[in-house]
Amino acid sequence: MLHILEIIIPSAIFFAAPLIFTALGGVFSERSGVVNIGLEGLMVTGAFTGIVFNLTFADQFGEFTPWLAMLVAMVVASIFSLMHAVAAISLRADQVVSGVAINFLALGLSLFLVKMWYGKGQTDQVQVGFDKIDIPILSKIPILGPILFSNGYIPSYLAIVLAFVVWYVIYKTPFGLRLRAVGEHPMAADTMGINVAKMRYIAVMLSGALAGIGGSIYATIISRDFSHATISGQGFMALAAMIFGKWHPLGAMGAALFFGFAQSLSIVGQAIPFLKNVPTVYLLILPYALTILALTGFIGRADAPKALGTPYVKGKR
Amino acid sequence: MNENRLTNILVPVFAVILGIIAGAIVMLVSGYDPIAGYSALLYGAFGDRYYIGETIRQVTPYILAGLAVAFAFRTGLFNIGVEGQLIVGWLAAVWVGVSFELPKVIHLPLAIVAAALAGALWGFIPGFLKARFRVHEVIVTIMMNYIALYVSNAVIRSVLSDQGFKSEKIHPSASLRSEFLQSLTDYSTLHYGIIISLIAAVVMWFLLEKTTTGYELRAVGFNQHASHYAGMNVNRNIILAMVISGAFAGIAGAMEGLGTFENVSVKAGFTGVGFDGIAVALLGGNNAFGIILAAILFGALKVGALEMPSAADVPTELVDIVIALIIFFVASSYLIRLVLTRFKKEGK
Repeated sequence: MLHILEIIIPSAIFFAAPLIFTALGGVFSERSGVVNIGLEGLMVTGAFTGIVFNLTFADQFGEFTPWLAMLVAMVVASIFSLMHAVAAISLRADQVVSGVAINFLALGLSLFLVKMWYGKGQTDQVQVGFDKIDIPILSKIPILGPILFSNGYIPSYLAIVLAFVVWYVIYKTPFGLRLRAVGEHPMAADTMGINVAKMRYIAVMLSGALAGIGGSIYATIISRDFSHATISGQGFMALAAMIFGKWHPLGAMGAALFFGFAQSLSIVGQAIPFLKNVPTVYLLILPYALTILALTGFIGRADAPKALGTPYVKGKR
Repeated sequence: MNENRLTNILVPVFAVILGIIAGAIVMLVSGYDPIAGYSALLYGAFGDRYYIGETIRQVTPYILAGLAVAFAFRTGLFNIGVEGQLIVGWLAAVWVGVSFELPKVIHLPLAIVAAALAGALWGFIPGFLKARFRVHEVIVTIMMNYIALYVSNAVIRSVLSDQGFKSEKIHPSASLRSEFLQSLTDYSTLHYGIIISLIAAVVMWFLLEKTTTGYELRAVGFNQHASHYAGMNVNRNIILAMVISGAFAGIAGAMEGLGTFENVSVKAGFTGVGFDGIAVALLGGNNAFGIILAAILFGALKVGALEMPSAADVPTELVDIVIALIIFFVASSYLIRLVLTRFKKEGK
């Protein structure tokens, strides 16, 4: 049994990390009142940028490459998310539609560039990845140590730490208060002197940055190359995690960990005696079915930010 | 009023022009020849009988997917789940197609009805959850897409084949293929589906514009509270809109299953037709006639793109960029409207 947990839990954390980053990005955007269905596309941008940077500069930067690739992916994806911000905030576009456009554009543009630069539908495999580490001290704890703190990827641990940072930022700082105010009642926030458009731009760009990180670590750790199928639904899964987590950073992290757990079960489940007879399809649809159930209110009521999805037009009641 | 109508027509036209110009710029910046690229695209879409046949074949599911998205839109619902409804429709159509041997007059309609019912069921769930629990349909339909994908793959593996990757070919009595249409178009995969999708467009127009049900559906789309006070059953209309929308999407799947492919195979990812339907509906202004035009445009872009790599060395993905930008410009129509009204004022 312990042995099984030692396989499943680390692989759950490993699958969850990209989802956690991206879902936290979604929390920023949606808390400010901007729907971000474009998370999927932003992850694609991050994955593409991360892989291309890694392949191009692996010789110069050696083992720092994946970290630099992650940063570059973060910057590129946050610039890319500006398109969604301009459409949704300044041009008052339907936010869902603009998000759909982002998804199309990210995939189209990145595959276009891959074909142009590599002359084929997918890139080569990256050679330099993230290192696995044992966390000092914590990994020495009996039972829990080997399961939770040994032989994990650094970005996975970063993701979990970041969830707490985001929680602090959103609930304990003036910035977070303003962010939530803009998402709940933009007119009241505006009256109090908060620049609604500016807050929303920052929030959308943060969501782009975090989704970019999520995409790049997914591609670097899990797929190791970039093709049309690299990011296939992880962005939507992160969106689901955010809603499942009731737009709360720690809730989103918990949901992402749970989805990671379901994913890892569907992959390593074949090796586990009592799961061997469960068809994989049930494990594959579990995260999605659970999200629907969660939304339906069986798992506590989830309320979206009040102003979610509505552009703020100054002076309009 | 008249001027407003003109703007409604001008916005999509401008969006398409802007999208195509942006595509040309992308080609220029990337060092390709935009004129060669677009000529190849045009030739690949309408260049000879074969290409025209392929384009019409691609337009067929696009019309239906567009109708599905638009029908829900008109009732104020955003059905992103057309993709999933299409997948279950495809599966149901092929399932009926391989399991029975019946005369064509019964078999073919039965397969199409099965597809419509499967799609309708997949649309019913988000509709019901929206009506009963106020759950946002966008999220539920996204989740339903994945459930459709994985469930249909599992059914294909374990029921329709022996752990294989595709079902058997459907019986000819359930097929939409036609030797006549194929010989007319130099043996393209053109099939009778186009007639069904055009009928569906008429049905949607009639249902929405000429019946009481359609009036109620549109009223709910305009203002739920007002419709409620007027004595309409808002919840019933929400469910109905999603069911009909899902049925259109299911039939779109039947077009692929009974016409284009004549089987169903395990999919690694989505077909994309359902998502393209969003673009079709948006560009077509959610109106049956507009959708046919938009479907022709996107169908031609998609099929024409296949000619671009060989003739002009341009990757096919250029077309995806153009389509994304067109959606983007339609979504940001505020900008185009702003420019148009500025322009008018200066003209006066």
